[in-house]
Amino acid sequence: MFESLLRILALTRKEFLVVLKDPRSRISLFVPPIIQCLIFGYAASYDLSNVPYAVLDQDRSFASAQLLSQLDGSGVFLRVGNLSNVKEIEAIIDDKKALLVLQIGQNFERNLLMGLTAPVQLIVDGRNSNTAAIASSYISTEVATFNAQWRAGHGEAKMPVRSITRAWYNPNLESRWFMVPGMIATLTLLQTLILTAMSVAREREHGTFDQLLVTPFSPTEIMVGKALTPITIGLGQATGVLLVAQLWFHIPFAGSFLTLYLCLGIFLFAIIGIGLLVSSISANMQQAMLYSFVLMLPIILLSGFMTPISTMPRGFQYVTLFNPLRHAIRCVQRVFLEGAGIELLIPDLWPMLLIGMVTLPAAAWMFRHRFA
Amino acid sequence: MKSEVPDKEQAISGIALCKAFRRTSGENIQALEQVSLNIHHGTLAALVGPDGAGKTTLLRMAAGLIAPDSGKLEVLGINVTADPQQIQSRISYMPQKFGLYEDLSVQENLDLYADLHGVTPDAKRLRYAQLMQMTDLGSFANRLAGRLSGGMKQKLGLACTLVRSPELLLLDEPTVGVDPLSRRELWEIILRLVRDENLTVLLSTAYLDEAERCGHVVVLNQGKVLVQGPPGEVTKLANGRVFLVEPPEGQPARNLQAQCFDEPGIADAVPEGGLVRVVLMPGMKASLGSIGCLTAGLDVQPTPARFEDGFMLLLHQQGNKAAPVSPGTVRQTPLADKDRCEIIIEVHDLVKRFGAFTAVDHISFEVCRGEIFGLLGPNGAGKTTTFRMLCGLLAATSGTLRVAGEDLRVARASARQRIGYVAQKFALYGQLSVIENLEFFASAYGLRGRRKRDRIDWALQDFELSELVKLPSGQLPGGYKQRLAMAAALLHEPEILFLDEPTSGADPLARREFWQRITLFAEQGVTVIVTTHFMEEAEYCDRALIQDAGRLLARGTPAEIRLLADSRGGQRPSMEDAFIAIVEKAREKASTLAMGVA
Repeated sequence: MFESLLRILALTRKEFLVVLKDPRSRISLFVPPIIQCLIFGYAASYDLSNVPYAVLDQDRSFASAQLLSQLDGSGVFLRVGNLSNVKEIEAIIDDKKALLVLQIGQNFERNLLMGLTAPVQLIVDGRNSNTAAIASSYISTEVATFNAQWRAGHGEAKMPVRSITRAWYNPNLESRWFMVPGMIATLTLLQTLILTAMSVAREREHGTFDQLLVTPFSPTEIMVGKALTPITIGLGQATGVLLVAQLWFHIPFAGSFLTLYLCLGIFLFAIIGIGLLVSSISANMQQAMLYSFVLMLPIILLSGFMTPISTMPRGFQYVTLFNPLRHAIRCVQRVFLEGAGIELLIPDLWPMLLIGMVTLPAAAWMFRHRFA
Repeated sequence: MKSEVPDKEQAISGIALCKAFRRTSGENIQALEQVSLNIHHGTLAALVGPDGAGKTTLLRMAAGLIAPDSGKLEVLGINVTADPQQIQSRISYMPQKFGLYEDLSVQENLDLYADLHGVTPDAKRLRYAQLMQMTDLGSFANRLAGRLSGGMKQKLGLACTLVRSPELLLLDEPTVGVDPLSRRELWEIILRLVRDENLTVLLSTAYLDEAERCGHVVVLNQGKVLVQGPPGEVTKLANGRVFLVEPPEGQPARNLQAQCFDEPGIADAVPEGGLVRVVLMPGMKASLGSIGCLTAGLDVQPTPARFEDGFMLLLHQQGNKAAPVSPGTVRQTPLADKDRCEIIIEVHDLVKRFGAFTAVDHISFEVCRGEIFGLLGPNGAGKTTTFRMLCGLLAATSGTLRVAGEDLRVARASARQRIGYVAQKFALYGQLSVIENLEFFASAYGLRGRRKRDRIDWALQDFELSELVKLPSGQLPGGYKQRLAMAAALLHEPEILFLDEPTSGADPLARREFWQRITLFAEQGVTVIVTTHFMEEAEYCDRALIQDAGRLLARGTPAEIRLLADSRGGQRPSMEDAFIAIVEKAREKASTLAMGVA
């Protein structure tokens, strides 16, 4: 037992040396996740600001001016054009100068004063459906506010129903708060999966794996030695992203670090199982690289990182249950934003444990029995 | 006096070429120092010399791939530094590792190189027919290059370099890792090119018998030319200094060889046909009796010198001699009774199939403790497969094998403590330094504390690696890589040592040094199983077997194997002659059998 531990220690030490000895590979392990996190934190946001819009105001009344000044003052919209003709609408949308055009009809103010409904037309560039939907929902919100104010100002009856939204855990519904914690898991996955997948494949390609197999190492010892290094490196990377989230983006951390690291540890256990299995199947590094990329995309797409799982077809939703990243992202977000304790996370932790417990022994078996 | 201007009439003419490199560890290596040479049109010329002599550098320079630091080099009358492009369009260069595309077929590889060189379809058709006839690759046109044996790969590489008719052919160690049969075929191709197409060929080689067949030889050592001229010039140096000595009754020739090799008055000693071939240093001939290892009333007969003798003498005079290997290096109990065979490896009816292909076909043999046992055979004979099964890396399809009483494939991990394995290709961690590799393997074998330190010190001392401890092992010169691999496999003092082609690509000096070590290990009771392509090295073995196409063709002591070949005109056949005769006879028999069935 003691002998076995010493051997595992030696192998772990060797693995660290192989990965970290070269200053370039050291940098490539820790700098990209942090840079990616910064890029994602800024770029991957569903929040819109400075949405370019144009106005075709055919009424030119006090009421229409009031509506427009409200839009301009919201900070979300940026007026880029005042149109005078319906024909101009097409050009300004086509040229992508404006994302939306608001057309206010001739009788806008008159209708309002008469107590009639005054329609305004919103023309949205639907080429990017996501942005279009968000932008038009913003407009609707602004219009609702205008309605309420108008009624109050003109002594009309209050709106019968009014919803007041209070978002828990993310009061301003900033998508960065949602994205960055998800990235702690996703960015860690990217490199640890490749790192692990390459580890055995590299040894196979260089012939060193045979040399390892003729030493007294047992498959289990090899597997443990090979798993410890990427787990440690993965936790290091996660810490890097966590620091960026806290110190740079100032996203409040509600939970306990112990719980977070426990979740990440279990997640890495599952990822490394998958990585080692890929590695044990691949004949060379090229194959290992290819297989990991083939796996990576569905793992990320079906994780709920980019698009919500609830909007996926039902069949896919079941598939996501086998995706460790799905569970990891949920765990990290819940610990981060909600402060969830370990007992609340069990439904997401056991599937990851199970994935690791199946893939790791399978990999260990493959080490020795491949091509045999 | 040498002229200061390159000679335009020569195929290659170089004056005072110098080239230095910088290793990543910072030191400067003078690869070529004041090298001048002339090679006539239509000559077959060879570059010979130990590792690091500058052979590859010179070839690459002639191919216009690197420029000299100083000096002038003209190839086909063109200045190399001025117009490398023009030279490259008129010559062909085959590097040591030729870039065959393993996932393309033989034909596709040829097509690719033909297209790269812009060979016209008409010329292509004509050339292909010639090349296929020359290389016998015609029937393998659709086989993937990756599936060819080592010898066939080299032939395909040569065919690809010859798709257009060059005026000069540069070959860098074309026969490394190629078995004697394929080697002979490759040489027939090269000789025919020189004879029929009047091609100029410059090649480098580690096989000295190949140099003997060339018209012009350039002996390089540490970047300097020692001698150049016809091979006879080198052979001449050893004239009258070469003797065959018969070892005492009941002693293997290698023991006498090892003794003689260390004598200061002896330039070279190798076992040959059960005897020991000894080359004396100049001035020692008169005092033959004063040489320690020859005094014991042994039968000493003069014999004609050959190129290798002259070459070794030349190197020895330059101070290159394999360092004597210190005894007492591996702690094993020497054999109590040398005559009794204690079986340590037992293979019975071993079969290994890969799909429909039978790599190892019903092989049986035993190895006694303390023996040096050789596995000989052409490329693709199944030697490595047999090896991998013995080491437990591959499961046998059927049959039984016992290594130190256990089947390593199913035995406890600790059983592997008793074996050491050196793979064909350098298989240590290239990024890690020498010391890091040794420390890792020491721990892997459960060495620790004092013992670990002692063994690592031993390895560094004994394999002369002390000065290189910090160098990444991937950057070690070839010979040192080999030493490090051996050291790593011996740290735990294994009882059995498996060596897969340990001397492939090694220079003659390194090979002698290697065998000295092996002889020493065997004396201390270590069992050594070794595969090799150098048939003369089978002379170091106690017993050997010859394998071809997975089947066992011959088995016995080197003398017994030699006897199996027809002795031509009463001459003792060399091991290589015997090997070729045995394999060819078996192949003939197989093909007539196959025809009989059809």
